[in-house]
Amino acid sequence: MAQPAELMDFDKAIELFEPVLGFEVHVELNTKTKMFSDAPNFFGGEPNTNVTPVDLGLPGSLPVVNEQAIKYSISLGLALGCEIRPSSRFARKNYFYPDLAKNYQISQYDEPIAFDGSVEVELADGRLFQIPIERAHMEEDAGKLTHVGGATGRIQGAEYSLVDYNRAGVPLVEIVTNIIYGAERDAPELAKAYVSTIRDIVRSLGISDAKMERGNLRCDANISLSPRGSGKLGTRTETKNVNSLRSVERAIRYEIQRQAAILAAGGTIIQETRHWHEDTGVTSAGRPKSDADDYRYFPEPDLLPVAPSLELIEELRAALPEAPAIRRRRLKEAWGFTDLEFQDVANSGLLVEIEETAAAGASAAQARKWWTGEIARLANAASVDASSLVSPADVAELIGLIESGELTDRLARQVLEGVVAGEGSPSAVVQSRGLAVVSDDGALIAAIDDALAAQPDVLDKIRDGKVQAAGAVIGAVMKAMKGTADAARVRELVLERAQQ
Amino acid sequence: MTDARSSRGPRHAAETTPDSRGATDRDLTGTADYGHQTGTVDLTRLSAASLSELLHAREISSVEVTRAHLDRIAAVDGDVHAFLHVSRDAIDTAEGVDVLRRSGDQLGPLAGIPIAIKDVLCTLDMPSTAGSRILEGWIPPYDATVVRKLREAFLIPLGKTNMDEFAMGSSTEHSAFGPTHNPWDLDRIPGGSGGGSAAAVAAFESPLALGSDTGGSIRQPAAVTGSVGVKPTYGGVSRYGAIALASSLDQVGPVARTVIDAALLHDVIGGHDPRDSTSLRDAWPSFAAAARAGQLKRNLNGVKVGVVKELDAPGFQAGVHQRFHETLDLLASNGAEIIEVSAPNFEYAVAAYYLILPAEASSNLAKFDSVRFGLRVNPVGGGTVEDVMSATREAGFGDEVKRRVILGTYALSAGYYDAYYGSAQKVRTLIQRDFAAAFEQVDILVSPAAPTTAFKIGEKVNDPLAMYLNDVTTIPANLAGIPGMGLPMGLAPEDGLPTGLQIMAPARADARLYEHGAAIEALLEDSWGRTLISQAPELKVSK
Repeated sequence: MAQPAELMDFDKAIELFEPVLGFEVHVELNTKTKMFSDAPNFFGGEPNTNVTPVDLGLPGSLPVVNEQAIKYSISLGLALGCEIRPSSRFARKNYFYPDLAKNYQISQYDEPIAFDGSVEVELADGRLFQIPIERAHMEEDAGKLTHVGGATGRIQGAEYSLVDYNRAGVPLVEIVTNIIYGAERDAPELAKAYVSTIRDIVRSLGISDAKMERGNLRCDANISLSPRGSGKLGTRTETKNVNSLRSVERAIRYEIQRQAAILAAGGTIIQETRHWHEDTGVTSAGRPKSDADDYRYFPEPDLLPVAPSLELIEELRAALPEAPAIRRRRLKEAWGFTDLEFQDVANSGLLVEIEETAAAGASAAQARKWWTGEIARLANAASVDASSLVSPADVAELIGLIESGELTDRLARQVLEGVVAGEGSPSAVVQSRGLAVVSDDGALIAAIDDALAAQPDVLDKIRDGKVQAAGAVIGAVMKAMKGTADAARVRELVLERAQQ
Repeated sequence: MTDARSSRGPRHAAETTPDSRGATDRDLTGTADYGHQTGTVDLTRLSAASLSELLHAREISSVEVTRAHLDRIAAVDGDVHAFLHVSRDAIDTAEGVDVLRRSGDQLGPLAGIPIAIKDVLCTLDMPSTAGSRILEGWIPPYDATVVRKLREAFLIPLGKTNMDEFAMGSSTEHSAFGPTHNPWDLDRIPGGSGGGSAAAVAAFESPLALGSDTGGSIRQPAAVTGSVGVKPTYGGVSRYGAIALASSLDQVGPVARTVIDAALLHDVIGGHDPRDSTSLRDAWPSFAAAARAGQLKRNLNGVKVGVVKELDAPGFQAGVHQRFHETLDLLASNGAEIIEVSAPNFEYAVAAYYLILPAEASSNLAKFDSVRFGLRVNPVGGGTVEDVMSATREAGFGDEVKRRVILGTYALSAGYYDAYYGSAQKVRTLIQRDFAAAFEQVDILVSPAAPTTAFKIGEKVNDPLAMYLNDVTTIPANLAGIPGMGLPMGLAPEDGLPTGLQIMAPARADARLYEHGAAIEALLEDSWGRTLISQAPELKVSK
């Protein structure tokens, strides 16, 4: 198990070093079929069932480019402010690894489909930051290895490994930033905000399910420290397995503190990949990574260059959803949030969820209340992203049940727990757990009668003008009915009784 | 038969076979019994076109034709070793086609005709090894597109033919399963890599075969076995299911004994395949019609025939050179205008080819790692996946494959890429320009299809460079993606062995090859008084 390294205090680290960042974000496209075969683009089923001879790299098989994946990649490139190359080539990246069926990955090398872009990222306090995009290129995913027999589930110590090629050939776009300077103490937050913005972009384009916890969106975070005044770049590490927005922020902070401690003690940073451990909040050494890794790239001779027509590019450009910054301004207006409320939403990374919840029929205010309140609290407790807990449609349904009086807020929280626990839609949970508000006056009146029998002086107090005395009866009724009573209705009924 | 030939040794009977085309075919019509053993004519001696007529007239059955060829394989393939695998389903398949025909189905011209398939092509029902130990016994879960097309056209797959391992070689000596012997002289090589397909056709074991041509693997074997082979325009025939050697050079094509037969087969296998991104979307004309027109015309009136100066080299065997120039004279006296053209960059072709091919091959062959299919060798005492991959590749690949994988890996390495692979691609562009300039002046280009006649088995197997130079005349067409045909050009006087003529046409002008190829074939046969293949020595028949 990875042991926590010695860490330097974060403020001290920033005082001594300038953090330099770079990100590689892999986006899995949600096309119907794979990047180069007609196998369904779906994994998670029975291993090695969504495969064709192409995905298994069988002798004689040949790749054919998925046209939809090209269109999605162009749209993403445009949304990242990139130029689209009139003719781009696929290349073979050659290395032996058993999850790579052909022992080469079809990727793009010197001719990526999109290059030279920029993404505007907003920090919590509203400051804007431009992240320079070097390129976005298309490639195929590898299969999934399961290491069996070791204690950790990792390859070290395993007896053997199993390969599932269902994921082999899933279309990916890799977005590579240029080196990012000037993040300073905001580096961890900026990292999170960047990945969150990429996630918002791909989701608004509808080209990926973009769930980090499922690996639809994967971030490799490169970080190095440059000693103040040295003018020299430090040795970088590349942290992988960062599976939530929260982890991105934590992992960057950890690496800054870890590297600073080593450098300050006169040590050197090893150029390597590092593995993020969500549970312990540390990174551990992966494999050494050298700039001299020789992948023997050469143009993929089985595929023709991708040469999208200008008409297609312009068509896709015209169909782009609005840019995140513009969208934020529009939503703030439409939802009528205050600056603070909107900032709160933007920082929570839940803009898309709230928008989709509102689109599904809930009021924006209610959507904000639930996503940034109870759902965020549950997510925090479970160390996952809120979006992974519940769908906007379910939240909208929940809010609908509250507004129609079928649920109280308190009941709704229980229903939400049921939905998160996988018990079904809000209505289904209401049914199965018997949580609906009792709107049958007969049952309520019976409970009120019981409560009044125990506190016979309440009605007189109310008639004397002490209306708050009703509270004792209401509390007793709610308790007796285990919270399924509508408190407002109980109050009405008690007051009616006092006037009789 | 020349004196030189009869002195080649006692392995072959001195009898020659009567011409199986032309008059003999006509004699058959109306004869009641075409049994391959009892009848007057051996069905294995007939061309696919002749068999087609008899099958369509229902004078013979596909079962008879298929049985005749299986019997022939049983009789001679112990010596020739053209086949790595003989189908057990051929008779059943033939029976099915006969039933269809009897029920009145309109079948294509090659329905019911047997065909041999180079082992580089994936077949659902037969092992597909590409001549390598690493794929021994591997039966693919799918058919190559060309094989599927054969089945859809109701041809009868007879079996899989021998080849140099992964098509790396010019002699079929690099097969992991032993060499194929040239039916003209069993001590000699049948060319390569498709020596099995060429020998099968030349030994009358099959009227047709499929080959693949990366640098001459169809045309050079055709030249040294007295058969006909065509490398189509790159993209003209699907590569899906052809185990890749060098993807940018490989092309599947027909092997036969006549130009018309090759054209009939090309018509079946050609055309766009959505599974091969490099396959062309052209609507191709009927190549058989082009060949028939050429054969009928029997002249080259007004045809400008280019002779590439650089491919008429003094290093060629004297008899090859002599037959080539006699052929040029024959063409000139039958209406052709012979024009010398220069292709100055051809001298770099072999060098460029031996960078591009190993580079692509090193990557294409990476998949043979024991993880998903094929041979697996576990190192003694176990080991990591890397150890298993290494042990498997060490044991499963032959020396020539290892040589080229190492060459290609080196050529693609960072720091060497520009000097090697990059430069080779530039040469390729220059060669394409040379061809473009030549085809501004002429309709077709001609050259010898191989610099020598068949050499002795073992003669060059330890001299890779000498082996590589065998493809000097065929390689440029692959580098440029243009179509080329190899066809019989007569026997070399000094050794009595077949020489081959190569015809090349611009990309997409495959029909031109068939039209002029059939005319040249007819003129040459008229000059000899019979076909070249009919002059092959009779093979010893074992029971």
